[in-house]
Amino acid sequence: MTTAAGKPPPTEYRSGWTRGSIKLARVIGSVLVTMLGLLFITFIIGRVMPIDPVISVVGERATKEVYDAAYQEMGLDKPVLVQFFYYLSDVVRGDFGTSYLNGRPVADEIRRVFPATLELATIGTLIGIIFGVPLGMIAAVKRDSWIDQVARVVALVGYSMPIFWLGLVGLLVFYGILGWVGGPGRVGIFYVDIVPPVTGMILIDSALDGQWEIFWDAVSHIVLPASILGYYSLAYISRMTRSFMLEQLNAEYVTTARVKGLSEWTVIWRHAFGNIKVQLITVIALSYAGLLEGSVLTEIIFSWPGIGSYITTALLSADMNAVLGGTVVVGLVFVCLNVLSDLLYSFFDPRAK
Amino acid sequence: MNLLEVDNLHVQFPTRSGTFDAVRGVSFSLGRERLGIVGESGSGKSLTGRAILRLIKPPGIVTADKISLEGENLLDLSERQMRKVRGQRISMVMQDPKFSLNPVMRVGEQIVEAYSQHTRASRKEAKAKAIEMLEAVSIRDSERVFRAYPHEMSGGMGQRIMIAMMLIPNPQILIADEPTSALDVSVQTQVLSIMDRLVQERGMGLVFISHDLNLVSAFCDRVLIMYGGRVVETCRADQLYNAKHPYTQGLLNSLPRLDTPVNRLQVLQRDDAWMTDNPQLDDKPDDLTQPHISKTDAETP
Amino acid sequence: MNNSNASASGASTITGLRAWLNAEVPGSRWQARASAWYHGWLEFKSNRLALLGLLILIALVLIAIFAPLLSPHDPYTQNLSNRLLPMGSEGHLLGTDSLGRDLLSRMIYGARITLYIVALVALIAPVAGLLVGTVAGYLGGWTDTVLMRLTDIFLAFPRLVLALAFVAALGAGIENAVLAIALTAWPPYARIARAETLTIRSSDYISAVKLQGAGAFRIIVKHIWPLCIASLIVRITLDMAGIILAAAGLGFLGLGARPPSPEWGAMIADGRRFILDHWWVATMPGLAIFTVSLAFNLLGDGLRDLLDPKSQGK
Repeated sequence: MTTAAGKPPPTEYRSGWTRGSIKLARVIGSVLVTMLGLLFITFIIGRVMPIDPVISVVGERATKEVYDAAYQEMGLDKPVLVQFFYYLSDVVRGDFGTSYLNGRPVADEIRRVFPATLELATIGTLIGIIFGVPLGMIAAVKRDSWIDQVARVVALVGYSMPIFWLGLVGLLVFYGILGWVGGPGRVGIFYVDIVPPVTGMILIDSALDGQWEIFWDAVSHIVLPASILGYYSLAYISRMTRSFMLEQLNAEYVTTARVKGLSEWTVIWRHAFGNIKVQLITVIALSYAGLLEGSVLTEIIFSWPGIGSYITTALLSADMNAVLGGTVVVGLVFVCLNVLSDLLYSFFDPRAK
Repeated sequence: MNLLEVDNLHVQFPTRSGTFDAVRGVSFSLGRERLGIVGESGSGKSLTGRAILRLIKPPGIVTADKISLEGENLLDLSERQMRKVRGQRISMVMQDPKFSLNPVMRVGEQIVEAYSQHTRASRKEAKAKAIEMLEAVSIRDSERVFRAYPHEMSGGMGQRIMIAMMLIPNPQILIADEPTSALDVSVQTQVLSIMDRLVQERGMGLVFISHDLNLVSAFCDRVLIMYGGRVVETCRADQLYNAKHPYTQGLLNSLPRLDTPVNRLQVLQRDDAWMTDNPQLDDKPDDLTQPHISKTDAETP
Repeated sequence: MNNSNASASGASTITGLRAWLNAEVPGSRWQARASAWYHGWLEFKSNRLALLGLLILIALVLIAIFAPLLSPHDPYTQNLSNRLLPMGSEGHLLGTDSLGRDLLSRMIYGARITLYIVALVALIAPVAGLLVGTVAGYLGGWTDTVLMRLTDIFLAFPRLVLALAFVAALGAGIENAVLAIALTAWPPYARIARAETLTIRSSDYISAVKLQGAGAFRIIVKHIWPLCIASLIVRITLDMAGIILAAAGLGFLGLGARPPSPEWGAMIADGRRFILDHWWVATMPGLAIFTVSLAFNLLGDGLRDLLDPKSQGK
């Protein structure tokens, strides 16, 4: 599962502290290389774009002089590597350029839309954990029973369903026909832009501001998209939980626990579950990262003003700075989540120390 | 009365091509003695041990005329009552401490858990008892070991911890399932003698499951030889070298011996006839038509 | 393996062929291979869900091949006077879309596009991955480090977002969508191929081939590739559902197949505007996507149980 698993053990003896810092340096190094590669790929994508970035800036009817001046100002006459270096130093300073569409800095825009995605993905993941872990546990413990079959079908359907279609059907049924949930958007039209943004997450902001009416309205809007994302997370988490548990339930220490006379509940939750906790953390981090991505299509269906909507809108209007900025940010979050899960792994597993 | 009586024990596993009989009609009884069960892998010796504790899960099927512990038939107990038997009255030490100790729980916690399950002791008492038990299995640095994780222990140390954990509720019977075969040869004897001493001190019954004839004959009072899921021979450990069953003789002849060196060790011969219900042995049919142990035979020390 | 089972189940109808396939000792290499396939098939057949998946996929291929015969109407003919007819209308079993085109016919033709995308990606990505993985694994050293670092970088990217960015750069269209999906899909294959190569590389028979003077190229192509195939096939089948979903997602965003081509994802996007009043227009293509990717998942699960000894899924 993790890349760290395949590394050979250190051959020579070092003190724990040095070994720790060497490991940390290695992790940081690999993260840096990965991020550099990530930026290089987005840079290349930006280069091969058939759209002329200069024209987007100066407009179609600009004179040759204006065009050339802009061309030089944007550094497009320099060698590619130099251009990459410029790009790199901009990104490091948190500058993703300005949007061709509305002239605003891309970084600001991303900062504005990102919390909406974060809010959605977080609640989705929570739903996935709350339902997925117990479902996977039961499926493993009662292997081949009807509930295992149900869990299997639930997961397979989750793996096979186009998320945007599920969102559409969900809107049709729960909003259009039943009227149980709020429609597209984060809040009803009357509540837009009333709550002062503190965290950018409307549930937290409205609660902080004491605007409970808005809070409940926001809840009714987030329930459906978060449940749909949560379903995907649930499918993945429950499958992984089941296979981890099956492995542990066959382990000899589980027999030991039974020989002690412990109840089946204690055997399962204290002993077997105790051993899959660490692996589950990795799975949850991966599924969280997956939801950040899955939210691209979900956000469009639900008109959710998050980073997925932002990237797609920019894409359709060929706003390349915005597309690349968004891609880089999502990529960086991905890398960070991966590193985080690796670190948590070595923190929680006594064997990894 | 015997501590444990097993009568006509069967363990079966359904497979795609029919039922597989792993244990077929094993009977024996155990007093306050050391009983060895010897056989090659797949002979059903480990399953016999696990069946006594009712640890065989479906789809495995366990049937027996009786498995009685001091007259109480374990097969009649509910799962809840059975949990009171496990650990407290019958305990088991398994092959490899690397796998049989929970890797993410501290050693002390695991021992305390085994103790508190069957007593109402406070956490402090349980800890004191656990430390005392660790010392009883000759672990000097008991406080440190108490806080350690299993992977920080050597194999011999791990198995001693396992013995401490399994003996702390003071059971009457200990089933030791190949307790030394995963250990380094240099510590095998040490671990065995610790186990042996504790079992003797407490007047427990020991079922020692092993593939190692020499070890068993040295440590046990009585030996059962299993082949293909049934007991083919039973005898006193010191009489083992006079065993009559061809399988036992084959086993003995395939071991190198210092006192009677041979140029070439015998290859073990097997005969499917040993697996049928009434083995008709060509050479000595008179005293081996009943290969199961008779009950009178068991009432030794 | 499992000879007794096979012969028991067929005891009443033992034919010469079956006996030949069940022979304890195969007489030739060809017989051994046929017998292995036969027993694999018997085991696969006992997994009903996997069999169902296979049947659905066979049906899909047949539908795609015979699309002109099966579809009641031309998928491109517009008829504005017949727009948004409900399901079960005369001559239009599944109704019509916003331009009056017959939905059933469009879905039948859509099977062709789906198969086309899936087949292309399934050709490009695993081959690229196999190439990278085996070369990295066999040569080792710096080549390995560089190639695997590259793989990691691609793995670090969220796949759909990367595909979006690629399509944005290359321009919308079905071939570009295929390319973008393939570009994001190859890294896992490289990982698998490398892992397999590392275990094979050190085996004795590779040393034997080396002693006979075979070069790296020959060893990789003739001795390592064939052994990587099994695990790659399982992975491809399991990935198919993801590929279909990604392609449909791109189509839904208007970045895949261009209109008026009847791509299922694009059809959902088209029906989305009318979802509240004319729900079937968006729902039916979604069901088609769902059915096909479910079929791939079922088949992939079955194949994994069959081919991957580690999963021991009985």
